[in-house]
Amino acid sequence: MYSSIMSGALRGLDSYMVNVEVDISSGMPAFDMVGFLGSEVREARERVRTALGNSGISIPAKHITVNLSPANIRKQGAAFDLPIAVAILQAMELLKQADLKQTLIIGELGLDGRVSAVNGILPIVIGAAENGYRRCIVPKDNAGEGAVIDGIEVIGVTSLTETFDYLRGIRTIAPEGCRPASSDERDRGLQQYDFMDIQGQTAAKRGLEVAAAGFHNVLMIGPPGAGKTMLSKCMPSILPPMSMEECLEVSKIYSVSGMLHREEGLITKRPFVAPHHTITDKALAGCGNVPRPGGISMAHRGILFMDELPEFKRTTLEILRQPMEDREIRITRSHGTYTYPADFLFISAMNPCPCGNYPDLNLCTCAEPEVHRYLSKLSRPLLDRIDICLDIPKVVYKELSCSTGSESSAAIRERVCRARDRQAERYRGTAFRFNADLGVRELKQYCELGRKEQQLMESVFERLHLSARSYHRIIKVARTIADLDGMQHISERHLSEAIRYKGLDLKYERR
Amino acid sequence: MGNQTENIYNRRNSISEEEKAGQNIRYIRRGDTAYPVKLDCIPSAPKGLYVSGWLPDPEAASVAIIGARVCSEYGRQMACLFGTELGKAGIQIISGMARGIDGISQMSALKAGGSSFAVLGCGVDVCYPRENLELYRMLQARGGLISEFSPGTQPLAQQFPSRNRIISGLSDAVIVIEAKQKSGTLITVDMALEQGKDVYVVPGRLTDPLSEGCNRLIKQGAGILLSPEELLSDYHFQSKENLKFSKRKKQKNQFVLDNEENMVYTHLDLYAKNLEDIVEVTKIPVQEISHILLSLEIKGLIREVGKDHYIRCGGTIDGKKSCNCGITCQG
Repeated sequence: MYSSIMSGALRGLDSYMVNVEVDISSGMPAFDMVGFLGSEVREARERVRTALGNSGISIPAKHITVNLSPANIRKQGAAFDLPIAVAILQAMELLKQADLKQTLIIGELGLDGRVSAVNGILPIVIGAAENGYRRCIVPKDNAGEGAVIDGIEVIGVTSLTETFDYLRGIRTIAPEGCRPASSDERDRGLQQYDFMDIQGQTAAKRGLEVAAAGFHNVLMIGPPGAGKTMLSKCMPSILPPMSMEECLEVSKIYSVSGMLHREEGLITKRPFVAPHHTITDKALAGCGNVPRPGGISMAHRGILFMDELPEFKRTTLEILRQPMEDREIRITRSHGTYTYPADFLFISAMNPCPCGNYPDLNLCTCAEPEVHRYLSKLSRPLLDRIDICLDIPKVVYKELSCSTGSESSAAIRERVCRARDRQAERYRGTAFRFNADLGVRELKQYCELGRKEQQLMESVFERLHLSARSYHRIIKVARTIADLDGMQHISERHLSEAIRYKGLDLKYERR
Repeated sequence: MGNQTENIYNRRNSISEEEKAGQNIRYIRRGDTAYPVKLDCIPSAPKGLYVSGWLPDPEAASVAIIGARVCSEYGRQMACLFGTELGKAGIQIISGMARGIDGISQMSALKAGGSSFAVLGCGVDVCYPRENLELYRMLQARGGLISEFSPGTQPLAQQFPSRNRIISGLSDAVIVIEAKQKSGTLITVDMALEQGKDVYVVPGRLTDPLSEGCNRLIKQGAGILLSPEELLSDYHFQSKENLKFSKRKKQKNQFVLDNEENMVYTHLDLYAKNLEDIVEVTKIPVQEISHILLSLEIKGLIREVGKDHYIRCGGTIDGKKSCNCGITCQG
């Protein structure tokens, strides 16, 4: 008797439908599996057989053939256990074809018939909904993440027996409640760190506000303990809340990596990824025979924070260059190319010298060549992609003990959102979203300078030894500051502030 | 066989200092007419000197300016000021071409049109430290590089204290700008005192570790220099520029500063102040302060020495620009 059941599998962040076919025919008793299977899929044979046995169903002593099609794609993962088991039940004529109409089944089986969680449910459910399926049967632990998709019923099951009973109609299981996170709920996740809790550092906070508004990458320089890490942890609290599409994008990545919290369902907080400086190139970019998303993709739509930037291996840092430009990373393997999104705000922090105390010469013990070696670990192309460079000085006691609270993140975020709205309006119908995306040609179009402003730039250009690239960066940042101010035109004041944010230059490298 | 080894040994030994010197480098033995007279009378005078460029003019006055390698912005400006003014007055600046005070004072003397001579702790064909290559070239062309070590000698730590006796030996007076409590500069001072030279000190703050050595020297009776002119008048050094000093000093800033600019400017001094401090004291919002700082910087009154760290730079000697050393001051 022949039966077929639909299941799904992952390819990068996307999914494809897999048809699980089972045929039971007379012949020598055997259990064969075909369809370009990875070893963990092949092992499903033992799991399915034992799980069926322990659920009180004896497999007939006949020739059982299982095929997973399309047969030209290599299948991996343990998510085919449950569909194979159900397909066998159907082939044994214990289930009717009608019971399984428009149903997609995914799940891993334990030997006792328990159904355990698998990775990547969200993209598969999205794929199923797109392909017109009405119902998904998934492990109970994963049901939450599948439920966020509209127009498809997601049934969470805990065991093979339960699934069998449900499909036979003996037992009813209510579809997992679909609870798309409201925007309030999305906000709530952000309250962990707040700029209100940081005393002093007004200049740094302003810099981060500008960065958030225009999506400019940031480098913070300061002695140990000045609050660089704390400042960057507060950063998500001033970014606008994620839209539903953004939440789905991020949740997909975390679902594929198996890093979605069981009870969470959908990720509503902007990710904050802070890899340790020993991270390898591959872990950052994404690795594996079938590449998994790396650190930069985990930071998609959020923040990638690199503390102690010069301590990272140079090759690791250079990996960032292409994704920072393209906002995605392409990883090529022998069997295909995978593209993972990597649209992150890059925030980095470093000490001014190996001992961390420069320019306080009373404390700094570094010799000049040491400092030079330390700073030269950062390549020019990487620094060129950083628009805003901030100095984070040591906090003095007076500021720490100061009772007057500083501005809350919510107030800053309101300004950031307004500035982003202005940008969205200006760049409507173009490929740009933020000021940081602008190229040289677009600068002329969107960031025209008045005569007075041009005079200022002219006098500054020579005096501060600006390069053409830093000139463009300054204008981009000035555009963002003007947006924060709600101004149509860039004024001298905006330019002056933008000039202050210019990156590490020779002045800093040479003492 | 033994005979042959002996020959080679003798041959190597018999290479004269003049031969080692090669092209463009002269070797001057003690006893030659060109040998500096000032050196002749110091204890343990060098046997001979390798010279690339010239030796200091024995007729003209020469002054050594020495100090810390890792110096503060204050030291940098003082080195620049003393180098420039003494250079203009026709005084030859002798120093060690090291990082910091040494190099800056020599560079500013050369840029002011004066002459300068470096006594090296390595061969005269070795540029150490490498970042002073521009200065090294300028010294070759318009001053001199002097060493008692044969060309090709690498800079080894133990060679530096001994070159200090030549620095002080070649000069009539020694000026110390910034020295820590334990500083190589103080070795030079000891040598100078041993040789009977005058020692002057540019004073600093009591709390500043970089001035600790200087202040101790003052306590021990070193001369205090409050301006380059003081040294000139002490020695009755004649200079055509000399008369201009008094006039120029009275010249006021020609810039009109508005209220806020003035507030920021008064808060700054020669020790770098952080932006955060400036905001704290002046209470000007952080969005506004950049514009004020930039306009002061364009007027040349302040300078950003590190990221977001500002110092005063105008107004020390004249209203416009007091600094013309190219090594560090202008990045």
